Order: sequence, then C-alpha cells, then structure tokens
Amino acid sequence: MTLQAVAPKGLPRRFEPPGVLAFLLYVAALAVLVAAIDSVEASLDGFIRGLPGIANMLAQMFPPDLSRLPQILRALIETFAMALVGTALGLILSLPLAILATRRFSPHPLVYHASRALIAFFRTVPDLIWALFFVIAVGLGPFAGTLALAIDTIGFCGRFFAEAMEEADHGPQEALTALGASRLGVVFSAVVPACVPSFINTALFTLEKTTRASVVLGLVGAGGIGIELKVAMDLFNYDQAATIIVCIFLLVVAVERLSSLLRQQVIAGG
Amino acid sequence: MTSLALREHEAAATAVAAVAVESAAVAAEPGPRDISVRRLAKNFGERRILDRIGFDVLRGQAVALIGANGAGKSTLLRCCLRLIEPDEGSITLLGEKAETLNRRALRRLRARVGFVFQRHNLVPRLSALTNVVHGAQARASGPAYWFHSVAPRRVREEALHCLAQVGLADFAAQRVDTLSGGQSQRVAIARALMQRPALVLADEPVASLDPSAGEEVMQLFVDLLKREKLTFLYTSHNLRHATHYADRVLGLREGRLVIDAPAAQADSVALRAIYDR
Repeated sequence: MTLQAVAPKGLPRRFEPPGVLAFLLYVAALAVLVAAIDSVEASLDGFIRGLPGIANMLAQMFPPDLSRLPQILRALIETFAMALVGTALGLILSLPLAILATRRFSPHPLVYHASRALIAFFRTVPDLIWALFFVIAVGLGPFAGTLALAIDTIGFCGRFFAEAMEEADHGPQEALTALGASRLGVVFSAVVPACVPSFINTALFTLEKTTRASVVLGLVGAGGIGIELKVAMDLFNYDQAATIIVCIFLLVVAVERLSSLLRQQVIAGG
Repeated sequence: MTSLALREHEAAATAVAAVAVESAAVAAEPGPRDISVRRLAKNFGERRILDRIGFDVLRGQAVALIGANGAGKSTLLRCCLRLIEPDEGSITLLGEKAETLNRRALRRLRARVGFVFQRHNLVPRLSALTNVVHGAQARASGPAYWFHSVAPRRVREEALHCLAQVGLADFAAQRVDTLSGGQSQRVAIARALMQRPALVLADEPVASLDPSAGEEVMQLFVDLLKREKLTFLYTSHNLRHATHYADRVLGLREGRLVIDAPAAQADSVALRAIYDR
C-alpha cells in the first residue's frame, strides 16, 4: 500500500486564523502592554546612560570588605532563623486551615469559603506589608519578621495543602467512611498520609521562598541581614555590601541545594 | 439475530423467568433478616440505575449479586451504607432503617458492616498493620487509631491477629504499596475483620486479581466469614464464584432484579443470559 493510499485527503491547517473577537482581544492585550511600558518610563537610552554608574559601583565592590564579617554572619544566622521559625510556625497553622478549606472535609460551606478567603488574603498581601504591620504591632526586630513570614507561609502552604488534599485518591477515604470513621479520622488516616510527599515538597519550596524573603524584611526593620545591606548601600560602602550580597547568595544556594536533596529523598521514598 | 441465536435467547429468558418465580419461596424463608431492601431506586441524572429493587438476606446467608457492567451492582451496595444516597425506597440493615439515621447513627451502623472494595482502597504509604488498625476506628476514634505506632497494645495485637487470619502476619510492617494485588486484598479483608462486623459487603472483591490469586482470596474470604457465621453480600462477574460460594444468587439487569434463586438451583443458562446485550 502506498503512502498516498492511506494519507488523509487534506491535512488540517497548522494554525487556525483567530475569530474576530479573539483578534480584538489580542489587539487589546497588546495595547495594554504598550501602555504599561509607557507608564514605567522604560527607556533604552536611560539604561545605557546608567551603565557607567553600574560599572563604577561594581568596581567599588571589589575586593569585598571582610572587616565586619562576624557581625554579618550573626545577621545571616538570624535571617535563616527567621526563615526557619516563620516557615515552621506557618506550616503548623496551615494544616488545620487547609483542612477547613477543603470542600470534602470542611464542616460547613461557610467555613470552607471563609477559610479560602482568609488564605487568599494572607497570600495576596505582600510579606513586606505584613512586616510593616508586625513592626508596628510587636516592635522592631526579628520577631516581627518571623510573624510576617509565618503569615506568608500560611497563604502559600494553605492553598497548596488544600489542593493536594482535594486531589488525594478518594478510594481509601471511601473505605474509611464506609467503616464508620470520623471526618477527622478519614483526614489523618487516609488523606494526610497520601499527601505527605506533596506537603514536604511544598514545605521545602516555602523554606527557600522565606529564606529569600527574610533578606528583604530587614529593610523595614523586621530583623535579619537586610538592614546591614541597606546601611552599607546608604553609606556607599559597596565593598561591605559585596560581602553581604555574597553571604546572602551562599545562604540561599545552600538552602536550595539542601532542599533539593531532601526533595529527591522524598520522591525516591514514594 | 439468527434463528438459532434467537432460540437460545428465548430459552435463556424463559429460564430467567423460571428462576425468578422460584425466588418467591426463598424470600419467604423464615428467620431474621440482616438486609431488607424495599423498592430501592436511584437515578444518576436522567438515567435510572436502580429500579424499585427489593430483596432480603437472611442472617448468616452468603448472597451473590451478578449483573453486567452498569447494571447497578456497585450502586446497590453503596446505597446500602448510604455511601450513595438512594432516591426512593427503604433499606433495613441489621435491624436499622438506614435512610432514617442521622450522621452519628449512620456511622454506628457502618461500623458494624465490613465493606471490601474491588480496588482494595488501602492507604498506600502506610504499613499493612496500620491499615488494619484503621478498622478499629469502627469502634473508637482519636489519634490512637490513626497509626499502629501510637495504637494501644491490645489494638495492635488484634490487628496482627487479623493479619494472621489472612496469612500475612509476616508482612505487618511492610508498606502496602509494596504488596501484590492478592496480598493487598487480603489486608483489606483483615481491615474488615478488625471492625468485628456483623455483616460484610464486598464489591467484586477479586475482580482485579489474576484467576489463581482471585480463587485463593475468595476461598479464604468465604471460609473466614463462614467460620464467623457472618452474613455476606457480594457482587461478582464470575458465575462460578456466584454459584460456588453463595447460598443464593441475585441477578440485576438494567437496574432491575431479574433473578433471585438458591445458588444450587440457579440455571447456568439463565445466569449467563443476564449478560446478553
């Protein structure tokens, strides 16, 4: 049998032409993008004029100044401690909230919607705003930053935990329901064990995220190494700033590597 | 349809009718009933899945429910425990009218009924022992019954005994996702035994196993239930399993009960006819 004998008479088009409405939407989207570029005053000329300034700053950064290394390392440890405690606190609080935000296990639709709304609120307000709020509430220092990171973690993990639980295999849940287990019994016997790999993955990503975020929180006085960086930059001590930036880089890379290794262990363990 | 096929079909239909007539005598048998279903109906959208089903299962009796795919067998079993809510009719299980029960009372009723699913429905990441310990949630709730490592000693011992009954005591610490299909189904049976049930429902309990494992598991399952004198209602596509292990056979066709006969007297032609399209 020849190829022509079995080939279909007409191949479909590679791309279908858009309809009138779709075409208008594409044009509108492009117009929004152009307007946005205009509103941020983006200019290639301005960028090129700024290049010598960047080169000058980079030149002043080298060699990095190590004279304040002990203080910088202490601030770095404080930054990681904020990330770790904020993540742990957030994870502990996310689980019950995520259960309430799961359609199958929420005791009432109102509770379900309220929990979803709360998680969305925690997630949509940026961590820097939470840090400002907690600096006013509990004062300057790492505790304010830790609370801000915990709230941000609840917003992130609450959503992903709830979605993992919604997607968990219904078979074991039905089996436990059929034998008369309570709602909480079904959740902790069938749903949570099934979601453990997903929970651990999310928790490790969150730790990476909070480590990066904890660096910035110092800018508003919420503890950590951010304030060291701000002071160094404000005083034009770019060589000290370089040391701080390298330390931050090493911390973030170390956390990401460790997290990646642990994730591989979890995946290998099923 | 050829004339020969037509004649065979007619003969089968006559046989179905004959067996259905016999069922009247079975239903009239004296003795306590563990299951009484009356005019049970269930629709999914426009589609009628169960059409005014009615039957009784006597205490200690083993009853097989057969029918083609989509005949309503699984729906019927799930309606018995209100895992699926029926639209009409009544179900009396172990003397309790299931449709009238509130959430708490329904949980108490479910606790007395073991349910074995076609796909074992175990929690894959947990050990065989923990999965069996879950069966104790039929009697008690709380974190002590979520994992075997925190369960009371007597509960762990009872769970191990249940595993031993299905021949898997040596696999107690093994994760169930590392067990074979037959072993997993035996763990599911052990979990049902852990409930100390008065009645066991099983939805095609060996359909996902190869014939040899299926035979072995079915034999073990029925032996255990007979030893405990438990009432047993199970669905199956295997006509040999239906007639060999059951006292009675019920046949569903397009949501209607068309066969209700003692297994020993069930006509194989009539049973096969239920699968005719």
